[in-house]
Amino acid sequence: MFLEERQTQILTKGKEQRHLEGGKASAAGSVSQRACVFCGSRVVLYPIADALHLVHGPIGCAAYTWDIRGAMSSGPELHRNSFSTDLRERHVVFGGEKQLYNALIELIDKYEPKAAFVYSTCIVGVIGDDVQSVCRQIEKLKGIPVIPVEAEGFQGTKKDGYKIACEAMATLIGTDETKEVSPFSINILGDFNLAGELWILKEYYERMGIQVLASITGDGRVKDIQNAHRAALNVVQCSGSMLHLAKIMKEQYGTPFMKVSYFGIEDMSDALYEVAKFFTSPQPLPTGEGLSPSPVERGLGGEVLMERAQELVKDELTRLLPALEPYKRALQGKKAAIYVGGAFKAISLVKALRLIGVKTVIAGTQTGNSEDYKLLETICDDGCILVDDSNPVELSEFVKQTGADLFIGGVKERPIAYKLGIGFCDHNHERKLALAGYEGMLNFAREVYETVCSPVWRFVK
Amino acid sequence: MLLRHTTAKEIDRQALTINPAKTCQPVGAMYAALGLHGALPHSHGSQGCCSYHRSALTRHFKEPVMAATSSFSEGSSVFGGSSNLVSAIETIFTVYDPDVIAVHTTCLSETIGDDLTQIISKANEDGKIPEGKKVIYCNTPSYVGTHITGYSNQVSAFIKFFATATPKKRNVVNLIAGWMEPSDMREIKRLAKVMEARTIMFPDMSGVLDAPLTGKFAMYPKGGTTQADLIAAGDSKFTIGLGAYSTEDACVKLENKCRVRFEVIEIPIGLKATDRFITSLSRHANLPVPDEITEERGRLVDLIADNHKYFYGKRVALYGDPDTLIPLTEFLLTMDMKPVYIVTGTLGKHFDEMMRDLLGEKIPKAKFKSGERADMFQLHQWIKQEPVDLLIGNTYGKYIARDENIPFLRYGFPIADRAGHNFFPKTGYVGATNLAIQILEKLLDHTDRTCPEAKVEWQM
Repeated sequence: MFLEERQTQILTKGKEQRHLEGGKASAAGSVSQRACVFCGSRVVLYPIADALHLVHGPIGCAAYTWDIRGAMSSGPELHRNSFSTDLRERHVVFGGEKQLYNALIELIDKYEPKAAFVYSTCIVGVIGDDVQSVCRQIEKLKGIPVIPVEAEGFQGTKKDGYKIACEAMATLIGTDETKEVSPFSINILGDFNLAGELWILKEYYERMGIQVLASITGDGRVKDIQNAHRAALNVVQCSGSMLHLAKIMKEQYGTPFMKVSYFGIEDMSDALYEVAKFFTSPQPLPTGEGLSPSPVERGLGGEVLMERAQELVKDELTRLLPALEPYKRALQGKKAAIYVGGAFKAISLVKALRLIGVKTVIAGTQTGNSEDYKLLETICDDGCILVDDSNPVELSEFVKQTGADLFIGGVKERPIAYKLGIGFCDHNHERKLALAGYEGMLNFAREVYETVCSPVWRFVK
Repeated sequence: MLLRHTTAKEIDRQALTINPAKTCQPVGAMYAALGLHGALPHSHGSQGCCSYHRSALTRHFKEPVMAATSSFSEGSSVFGGSSNLVSAIETIFTVYDPDVIAVHTTCLSETIGDDLTQIISKANEDGKIPEGKKVIYCNTPSYVGTHITGYSNQVSAFIKFFATATPKKRNVVNLIAGWMEPSDMREIKRLAKVMEARTIMFPDMSGVLDAPLTGKFAMYPKGGTTQADLIAAGDSKFTIGLGAYSTEDACVKLENKCRVRFEVIEIPIGLKATDRFITSLSRHANLPVPDEITEERGRLVDLIADNHKYFYGKRVALYGDPDTLIPLTEFLLTMDMKPVYIVTGTLGKHFDEMMRDLLGEKIPKAKFKSGERADMFQLHQWIKQEPVDLLIGNTYGKYIARDENIPFLRYGFPIADRAGHNFFPKTGYVGATNLAIQILEKLLDHTDRTCPEAKVEWQM
């Protein structure tokens, strides 16, 4: 039943010598669960709440991405609207530049946003619209940054869209210097404030005495992003989407970065400790010549950061661990299948599941690369099936083979899992349940329990 | 306040669409193709299109939705998507083994000018299509029409590729289903069965997108119109098209191809539209209306009579697709309600005319709009100018309903945040009863929660 050319993208750990291949283009004709470049850039940028997000193309792309992630904002909510140039046949024939120009003017006049992002969809390049020039004209006329996001869907995968989004944001960074910045400042990269997760993380860091200068992009603001180059450190989650921006900032501004995950106890605690450590140890200079003294060494009074981090972790764990116990008992020995967007998410999930007694038997992603998969492989147990860019036929076959009790995935996998008569957890961007941080871990355990142990599966024949 | 940025004051918009009351053609084609048994819809374009459409349909039906994609790359946009489609056909028949691949295009493949007729007949000549299997196709450029147009184009493709006239006509009536829920189709088939009429319904998503949980994943569920029935549709003696926007084109094509006469009526939503459907089916199947159906009608009238004072004068805003909005508006009027704002992103003279006919004298102040910039932002602005008692439409109405505290009945596509629309019909007399009860519930729940204590109703 499996395509021969997909052999390198499927692997059983412990049985084979080779490693899993990632980053391959999907075979034409596959019922792939993957999305496109536009989707990637749209989901990354859209949580910037005081910017305009105008989709230049036929209506579909704007309709399907309308408030696509439920990313929350503590202030303006412009991002939750769907703005489109709604290109029609006449625009395809005669060009859509004028439509774009007028739509932008109408939008900016009405909403007075701080910046505008203009997304090109598949046909924009093909019909020959010069989006860059329209953006430049409007920028001059209206005095706000108008940034083209050239994310034609066919130009690669969703991951390429992340990269384009990062480059779009990079043009904003460094264009303002007016925010007050503490010596212990970080940017949070790669959290989108689903279910208010960013707010949980921000609170942790603030309890430690760290300023979150810019959250990119969850609960994002244009001005914060413009000032982001002035933070001491970039803390990058979901490395798939934001690592590129961290690299750009390192190159352009020397801002160091570290990769973290906020999911599961170990990873969450590490995310706090590592940041505290950063501020107490000397840092390599961006030029590569030796070390610069840390803020602590410079006498800026950050000695307490680590202490506070330890206190915070202790505090949270004292509450969390006993609360997890009953779930752990009930779930002991259950088996999980994971099929998510990025590899880092998968790695965190394997660890978090292990913590509550659940063994991962299938681990797959849509966009992982070969390097990511090596890491995923080391974390998984022997016998675990690893898979890249899978499809419903494969996934349901693997579930049957492994006898998984739980599937963790996104919207398209949910009904398949249910039809197979097993539990399901949404770990994708539609969820409304915070899974980050310590309270997120408890939510996760409860969610796994409530679905795996639901009585409904007993009625399935 | 999810839509806090919406103001009552209208701005002049020439180019900008805000919060659309429509989406693009391919998702309609994908939906309709799922109503053909054993078919795998195929999206000829970028991967994202297929992913979005599958997600939208999955969220709405809470069912697995299978479809494949040509996965365009940069090369395809330069050299055309022909090789992608040919290798897709090979892959699909090897791995997923459907009976039929139902290809639809996207804005990209249309703009670069891929010629499906040529590509697919070449694939056939080269032996890429196994014996007994079929590849059908339709053109669904996203920049023309809306999702309704895509649905219509897919249904017309069924005629083109299957319907065949033999010298012998059969005493069968074709029922071409416009865009409705699987439950609605099931109900219409039930009515035909009660009448003992021989019918062929297509497309038919019942049994596909409301499948039972069995512990097994079926790529191709049991339901769907069979190829044999679609072929035989050419020998039927009459066709009833349900919904002008989604079925008229197919009716015309079937008449031209197989000389099957037709009548296009509304989707049987509400009392009068169901009357027209029952009358039409009774006449063309040449069968009397059985008492069982007459009694169902009586029960609906009974329900409306019992509650007419609660329906009276309630102002309603609705949005969605024209084939649904026309009979729905009519039904609201039947119940003495006041549909005051009606918006559809699908352009069409028929809608405007019908609205003028329905509303002109009864509610001269009603506002309706179709086509470009007939969006939910417009609707919301009208509501802000003068409020309504009830909002009817798809999930996206939630933003407005929450902000304005309006009772909200979900109807249309997509409904991502509620279940049951594919289980309980809104067509036929039973469906109309279901609909009337749901409206009543929404109105009375709201009143009970918000009215002064003295006005709380303890018995109706």
